[in-house]
Amino acid sequence: MAKKFMLVNRKAPYGSIYALESLEVVLIAAAFEQDVSVAFIDDGVYQLKKGMQTKAIATNNFSPTYRALEDYDVDKLYVDAESLTARGLAPEDLITDVKLLDRDALAELMEQQDVVLSF
Amino acid sequence: MLHILNKSPLEKGTLDTALRLARSGALLLIEDAVYAATGGNGAEPKLREAMAKLKVYALMPDLQARGMADRLMDGVSPIDYEGFVDLVVEHPNCQSWL
Repeated sequence: MAKKFMLVNRKAPYGSIYALESLEVVLIAAAFEQDVSVAFIDDGVYQLKKGMQTKAIATNNFSPTYRALEDYDVDKLYVDAESLTARGLAPEDLITDVKLLDRDALAELMEQQDVVLSF
Repeated sequence: MLHILNKSPLEKGTLDTALRLARSGALLLIEDAVYAATGGNGAEPKLREAMAKLKVYALMPDLQARGMADRLMDGVSPIDYEGFVDLVVEHPNCQSWL
């Protein structure tokens, strides 16, 4: 039976390997047909910023993959509204459609998970 | 839900986010996060406020390693590694605020 997995992303991309590793785990969980949610909190919201140009830092821009997650039946992308606002960002700055959640809704969603994986 | 913290509250904003998103259950402070549970630390008022909704624990071996075992705040329960395991088992899920 499928379990409810939530990936919690709280780190900015490129400065560390967390964001990319999380994305790998999302794809693995999806491949095993689990019920996958992805939450973006704190600096994790930066992972979804539109318009990344990574050529000059010789790193692969993996952000388009978030847009492709729907093809893997991963469509539960949640952004902590307070984290987004605190960074001067709005939903239209993000590379894909997400659900904005306030703190209570996000807290409730976390509590409903069978497994929470932190990145 | 069990919330586990391992960062100093004065170096990172992790404690603030965890307290904002933790509604009920337990908060376990390990590694550098144990400083948050020591009297006089800047995080003390926040932690006292959090005790209304969360049971707060601190890992004693990490307090001892830092010479802070005698500074543990009232209301925070010291636990050992076995207690840590018990907490994980008792709660349906857990989030490590890395």
